[in-house]
Amino acid sequence: MAHCHCPGLKIEIPAGARRIVLAGNPNTGKSVFFNHFTGMYVDVSNYPGTTLDISYGRYGSDVVIDTPGVYGISSFNDEERIARDIILSADLVLNVVSAAHLERDLFLTQQIIDTGVPVIVALNMMDDAKRLGIEVDVDRLSQLLGVPVIPTVAVKKEGFDRLKAELFTARPGHTIPGLEEELNQLLNRVGSRGEALLVLEGDPVIAARHGCKPGTRREEIYRRRRERVNEICQQVVREISRGAGLGTILGRWMIKPLTGIPILFVALWAMYKTIGVFIAGTVVGITEETIMQGIYEPAVRKFVEQFIPHSSVPGTILIGEFGLLTMTVTYLLGLLMPLVVGFYFFLSLFEDSGYLPRIATLVDRLLTSIGLNGRGVIPIILGFGCVTMATITTRLLSSDRERKIAIFLLGLTIPCSAQLGVIAGMLATLGPQYLALYALVIFSVLVMAGTLLSTLLPGKSADLFIDLPPLRLPRLDNVLKKTGTKSYHFLKEAAPLFVLGALIISVFQITGILEFLQNLLAPLTVGWLNLPPEASTAFIMGIVRRDFGAAGLTALALNALQTIVALITITLFVPCIASILVIFKERTRKEAVLIWGSSWVAAFLIGGLVAQLARLFNPAGDHIQVIPVILSFVVLTLVIVGMCLFIRRAKPTTNVPE
Amino acid sequence: MTLDRMKRGQRCRILSIPSELVRAQALRFGIAEGEVVTCCEVIPAGPVVISKNRQEIAIGRGLARQIEVEGSF
Repeated sequence: MAHCHCPGLKIEIPAGARRIVLAGNPNTGKSVFFNHFTGMYVDVSNYPGTTLDISYGRYGSDVVIDTPGVYGISSFNDEERIARDIILSADLVLNVVSAAHLERDLFLTQQIIDTGVPVIVALNMMDDAKRLGIEVDVDRLSQLLGVPVIPTVAVKKEGFDRLKAELFTARPGHTIPGLEEELNQLLNRVGSRGEALLVLEGDPVIAARHGCKPGTRREEIYRRRRERVNEICQQVVREISRGAGLGTILGRWMIKPLTGIPILFVALWAMYKTIGVFIAGTVVGITEETIMQGIYEPAVRKFVEQFIPHSSVPGTILIGEFGLLTMTVTYLLGLLMPLVVGFYFFLSLFEDSGYLPRIATLVDRLLTSIGLNGRGVIPIILGFGCVTMATITTRLLSSDRERKIAIFLLGLTIPCSAQLGVIAGMLATLGPQYLALYALVIFSVLVMAGTLLSTLLPGKSADLFIDLPPLRLPRLDNVLKKTGTKSYHFLKEAAPLFVLGALIISVFQITGILEFLQNLLAPLTVGWLNLPPEASTAFIMGIVRRDFGAAGLTALALNALQTIVALITITLFVPCIASILVIFKERTRKEAVLIWGSSWVAAFLIGGLVAQLARLFNPAGDHIQVIPVILSFVVLTLVIVGMCLFIRRAKPTTNVPE
Repeated sequence: MTLDRMKRGQRCRILSIPSELVRAQALRFGIAEGEVVTCCEVIPAGPVVISKNRQEIAIGRGLARQIEVEGSF
């Protein structure tokens, strides 16, 4: 047994087995190839420090390893670093290329060929290319690249037999002119050709591995490679027709505000109907109430009570109110899991169809004003599902500054689906003007907090720079596979934190800290928010789970004004204990404490402000003058944003992006 | 002129791209300094979308402001 010598990645390679590595750009259909070659028996290995899983499986006596879709291999992000390490350790690379996108895809192909590894190209999506009026001269392409090229239509398994028959005719191809000599000079110092190439291209990680200085020639080599690829494309691609298909037109509509915003609303509405109504109502009704609380919990309780009394300390921890075996499991599997799967399903659908980058383009303008760029829309949408899941997803943002802002905004302003369910129920009894007030106050806090952070945090957020792939009908098996992987990952990462959170809270409950906090909070709740003292219990419960806090409020006799104040406060209040534990894990301890602390302050400040404003405009009543309160918040937001603009202008701006 | 000043449908040659990382990423996408591209969409106050052949890229306004171009072809 030997190991793949990718640092950190554990893949068992039997002696004598060849490492066949699948590589390609994002969305080229690689996974279909992988499934076809490996069949049912697939292993998954996590790449340490990332959410990325590498699938691998047996093909005959050899091993097939999948890699994340990338545009090139270097150290720009996690995906690339992993793809780079796996490709560098390959015996043979099966490069999947989209025939409809040769200009873009062949850059990676040429870079892989330049590493000197034997390559075979699967020219996939031949049917898409045909539909777009693109003809590719396959033989000429093979001649120019110097490696075998097999045309395929993966979804119909066309070309797979030939691909399998010719897989081992893979061979090193033609590197870009002049590169050979330069590599030979480095070869005696680095040892491996592929690594020599990356050192030459200035990859800091590979250079450090060999103790040499990274080269400064990346741009020049990239430029030469680009020229070579353009040359090849010119010779092999022929465009027969060039009509703007329905996909192209729809794609344009999606990014123009006038048509894009309505389309986005329709998409979000479909998402709401599916997740908010069907999954949160029907599915969770079955999984949480019928299965978990109806069958699972009583069974576990009965079983545990045979050994430990229910009221003892271990009994409370295991099967009490926040029991590790009762509440935690029910919450995670019965309530969160269906919702998380629903959200990831839509995310995968948007991703696979090519809609996601278009949403990012549409909302980019909006998000740059709060210090994020268009890509920040992904964690924000996911936050409405589960803030814990969204916080993990912020890893895909390109800079640390954006992650900081996104995590803070998620914790402060985005109500998760569990909480949203309770809130929506309470708001429904009050009428539409209160719903508007609630939404506007939360939105204005989002804008204020984002603008303030973006102004006060040093540096500048990265600008949007993304590829807009052609729109296509999403492939269900692809979408389901992505949904499965992502949901599994969430469960794996979040479950221990939910367990730890429940444990902490049980200890608080047993030791009386919970009660102590409730009493401590009571004066603030009564004097400043004008709520009954029992409301403080709801807030403290909100530390555990956000929907606990909201649900605690339904039990109280509150008038309309008190309800809205309580709902706003509980929404802005600290993220649930699992979220805050994720933040502790993902960020520094200092930052997590700061986020947690400032959520307390912000929640009570804004909640109190609403209560005090309502009293000001209507001193005697128990209801609220909605319009003046909304106007006050609009003015407050404008003042804060204006102030930030002023500070930004006064600050000397550097024009160099990070 | 800079890229953010382009109008929909105009063609231009890219003269300079500010940061090395962006240049490298652009080269991978198939867009290099000296290349002629079409501006196929401008989102009001938002990103500029450029295309070359079938490749489309959305570029944030702040970055577009720093990309020097000469029009029009």
